[in-house]
Amino acid sequence: MGPLKKPPPVRRIVVDEEPTIVEPPKRNGTTEAAKSGASGLLSAPRKREGKRGKVRERMRTDALGVAYAGKPAVKAVSLTVNQGEVLGLIGPSGCGKTTLLRSLNRLVDQTPTASRSGSILIDDQDVDLLDVTELRRQVGMVFQQPNPFPMSVFDNVAYGIRERGSRRPSRAALRPAVEEALDRAGLLEEVKDNLSHPALRLSGGQQQRLCIARSLAVNPEVLLLDEPCSALDPRSTSLIEELIMSLRSEIAIVIVTHNLQQAYRVADRVAFMYLGDLVEYGDADQVFGAPKAKRTREYVSGGFG
Amino acid sequence: MSTHATGGGRAAALRRRLQPPRLPRPRLPRRDRGVLKKEEIVPWSLGDKIGLAAAWFCGLLLCAIAGAIVIYMLVRGLQYLSVQALFQHPVILSTTQSTGTAGGYLDPIEGTLILTALGTLIALPIGVGTAVWLSEYGRPAWLARAVESGVEIVAGTPTIVLAIFGLLVFTQGAFGFLSFTAEGGAVFGRSFFIAGIMMSLIAIPLIVGATREALQSIPAHVREASYALGKDKISTIRRVLLPASRKGIATGTTLGMGRIAGDTAIVVLLLGATPIEPQGDIPVLRVLQGTGSTLTSYVYNNSPAGEGNAPQKAYAAAFVLLILVIVMNFVVDLVSRRRSDPWAR
Repeated sequence: MGPLKKPPPVRRIVVDEEPTIVEPPKRNGTTEAAKSGASGLLSAPRKREGKRGKVRERMRTDALGVAYAGKPAVKAVSLTVNQGEVLGLIGPSGCGKTTLLRSLNRLVDQTPTASRSGSILIDDQDVDLLDVTELRRQVGMVFQQPNPFPMSVFDNVAYGIRERGSRRPSRAALRPAVEEALDRAGLLEEVKDNLSHPALRLSGGQQQRLCIARSLAVNPEVLLLDEPCSALDPRSTSLIEELIMSLRSEIAIVIVTHNLQQAYRVADRVAFMYLGDLVEYGDADQVFGAPKAKRTREYVSGGFG
Repeated sequence: MSTHATGGGRAAALRRRLQPPRLPRPRLPRRDRGVLKKEEIVPWSLGDKIGLAAAWFCGLLLCAIAGAIVIYMLVRGLQYLSVQALFQHPVILSTTQSTGTAGGYLDPIEGTLILTALGTLIALPIGVGTAVWLSEYGRPAWLARAVESGVEIVAGTPTIVLAIFGLLVFTQGAFGFLSFTAEGGAVFGRSFFIAGIMMSLIAIPLIVGATREALQSIPAHVREASYALGKDKISTIRRVLLPASRKGIATGTTLGMGRIAGDTAIVVLLLGATPIEPQGDIPVLRVLQGTGSTLTSYVYNNSPAGEGNAPQKAYAAAFVLLILVIVMNFVVDLVSRRRSDPWAR
């Protein structure tokens, strides 16, 4: 053949076309069918081996709805966030995962056009009745982009602890708390000799772990992770996943991810969001292995999204 | 080896079909070769060549002009500059003196430094505050638009207009404490204070612009990260946003300082363009309440256009002014030196 081949045929993309999924062969009931549907996932190594430990409810949303300028982004979502478990929020882009996450610490309040219905409870208390500062100290958040503040490593972690006002704790008084937070985030070994270096000189993965340490420093009950690994390399991703595993017994963790494999690796419980609806919510094994809803089955088998 | 004759007749036929014969260029490199041979590089069109040449020319021309200014002022300045003149007070000119040699320019140097510092000190908090309000609050929207227009109008006002306006305002009785009041109750309206206040109006728009740009370049998620730690807006601004926009603030300040040091109109109208003549008896205030001059007014007065007509001194003073501004820019740059954009990826 010569160097020039005939170009491949143009494949038209039809917007709003129903995803076509090859129906898995039904031989031995649903589990078998689901297994072949998500076989790639189920053969992936899991990090959450074995015991789940004691599970305790920390947060609950009840018919939570969020709308931006009247346009609903999250519709009547009811779910629980448990300590001892990792809750994975999966679903295509723009389907309300991040909005749901941001409403848990009332960060959606920052958006002027956002409105919220339904209720969110933390330890059986309505978050609207709590002082927003208090709520956000109990519900930490880590963002997609590593975003340490332009100050030293130490000051980044101490930032959350330092109270506003006249009585500012000294550096020495803060040191144990800062080191503990860095240790929990698995960063202490790497930075203990240069705590006063600018945080922005750390690598991306270290910066993200610093952001986690920053959130852990205020001892939150719930930690929200908004695609924490999407800007990181595989090794840093792996480190952060290990970290999530080690933290889940003490803290309730909610992680938004576009990466189904990641959700499968780390999540104990999975909520699948589609166009603002909570389509499926259940045990990770069940959602990935034997999804009830057709949409979920299509999504976890890679049919769309 | 010919660049065309591989692949056999079928491929060549296909290529002819895929490539419209009327457009022989750009002749793309073939996949299997990877490296462009010299004759395969498509030459630039004439328009692009002219554009490139023009860009080069303009850049080099500006460099040459800047170099010419510095070198010319260096030669003329050093020619007439004497070290002792830097530390001598100027002599009030009179027709009987040989003006070319008498007196130094200590007062104008001091005046420039005092006025620049004063103007910057006034402009910095106002400018940064305005920028923070515009960028972080900015509600109601109509007020923000009004503030923006106000800043733009101040930025666009010629300094001579600012000066005459300042004279109008500060000769009012209520502002007597800023300059000095003559025996009849008339307020003189010329002092370092008054000149500094009006000078700050030159610097404020520059500081507002640069600070605002720096604040707006900070990603929203950085603010949210601070809120997510339970911090309110004020602490976020103070502890995160302002430190992050330090570089922008410094840039605006440098620009403002350069403009203040370089302005003549306000000095002539509102500072008196005299040697430093303190008023009253309170140690530091008496200087600020009194009149003085800067290097710009000194250059003007001694230039052939001014009353002094001592161009040698004008050259030397202009050279000192140039050096002073360059040093000031350098110092501010040094103070604010950080990695240019912490969030650049």
